[in-house]
Amino acid sequence: MDIELMMRVWPFFLKAAWVTIQLSVLTTILGLICGASGAAARLSRLGWLRFLGAAYVSLFRGTPALIQLFILYFGGPQIGIQLDAFEAGVIGLGLNIGAYMTETIRGAIVAIDKGQREAARTLGLSHFQAFRKVTLPQALRLMIRPLGVNINALIKGTALVAAISVIELTYTAQRYIGSTYKPFEMFFLAGVLYMIIIYGTGRGIAWLDRKVRIV
Amino acid sequence: MTEQRHFVDIRHAQKSYGSLEVLKDISLTVERGQIVAIIGPSGSGKSTLLRAINDLDPLTGGEVWLDGVQVNKSLPHRQYEKHINAMRQQIGMVFQHFNLFPHLTVRQNVTMAPRLLKGISEKEADQLAEEQLAHVGMLERIDYFPSQLSGGQKQRVAIARALAMKPKLMLFDEATSALDPELVEEVNLVMKKLAEEHMTMIIVTHEMDFAASVCDRVLFMDGGVVVEEGPPGVVFRNPTQERTRNFLRKHLEGAK
Repeated sequence: MDIELMMRVWPFFLKAAWVTIQLSVLTTILGLICGASGAAARLSRLGWLRFLGAAYVSLFRGTPALIQLFILYFGGPQIGIQLDAFEAGVIGLGLNIGAYMTETIRGAIVAIDKGQREAARTLGLSHFQAFRKVTLPQALRLMIRPLGVNINALIKGTALVAAISVIELTYTAQRYIGSTYKPFEMFFLAGVLYMIIIYGTGRGIAWLDRKVRIV
Repeated sequence: MTEQRHFVDIRHAQKSYGSLEVLKDISLTVERGQIVAIIGPSGSGKSTLLRAINDLDPLTGGEVWLDGVQVNKSLPHRQYEKHINAMRQQIGMVFQHFNLFPHLTVRQNVTMAPRLLKGISEKEADQLAEEQLAHVGMLERIDYFPSQLSGGQKQRVAIARALAMKPKLMLFDEATSALDPELVEEVNLVMKKLAEEHMTMIIVTHEMDFAASVCDRVLFMDGGVVVEEGPPGVVFRNPTQERTRNFLRKHLEGAK
């Protein structure tokens, strides 16, 4: 293993890792927005909204994320959507993970015992008040861990945007392999950095989960 | 038909799930301060009837009136929601599985609805919580979470939570059925106390002794109809119907 080479390229990898982190954070935010909206749609009283939510989920879970990114980035301009690689990466991955988060969030909400809603409604709370005060606070606690799983997958999924030339970790590794012919060292570095990011995120999720846990 | 004589007046209640008729033309009246027990085998429709009173399980036919107001009026959706929320504030309900809010303390469980719906201040709410919890003997657990309480304690808090809305009517849906035998008594005592204070109550129960000791009237339901109805002394000791006798015999055997 060429340690000296690794030390030399390290700063560039750190920079690339920062791009991966930015991608991950923005994708998580977009994913949560899509997931919350998707879950709301899937649990709606309105049939057409439920259909829309279900269609969104099966579309984005039923096709490879790579194809979704390619359609958005390469196919987009054909239908008038001009995005740079980073934007296409965030939007593509965000919509994709949002479909998974839709199911996570919906699952947490329906997992709350219906007796909870009934008790709230019996006291005279409206449908919305019962949701806000009783169902949601419990569901939020329930969804932290599984959302953490989604976020873990999403961070690793950001490697896909190398294929549309976003200069993040995986792309950077590939680029340095081109000039150094040392794939082991370059992918090893990238792997280590991914692991650090994922480990840190995992600890954060675990902390949050402990913090809000009901006695 | 709008004439209102009784405090609780259920007129020709009917409920079907598809072709399955679970309530068949049931009428029931309860006067202010009366306590009525509904007994019967599982699947007889007794819980369904109770849950129809506050419209948790809406009837497919018939009317429910409380103190001169029809509970299950037909109104456009949004107006109906407003109406039913106002009605439910006057009807307390206690469930078999307590359904306390696990993310809230005992205090918050009791004060959430009054704070949200009656706009009382935090100080008034605290006072209300202390008053209601003292009433059910749970004041010393005011800042505990439900998971830290026994079943009997949970149910007493659930009763305090319902009472905090100052209901006109209390519904008990097998309030002691999920409790360990040694915890039943503490809940029964609270219910007896309410009875002495002349709270109007409708109680679905499997406990014949308790029903006999506090109720003014007992309804025996089976197959979606009221088979027999009368004072506990008559229904329990001298039932006129064969089905009532069978049920009571089985139940007493089961209790031994």
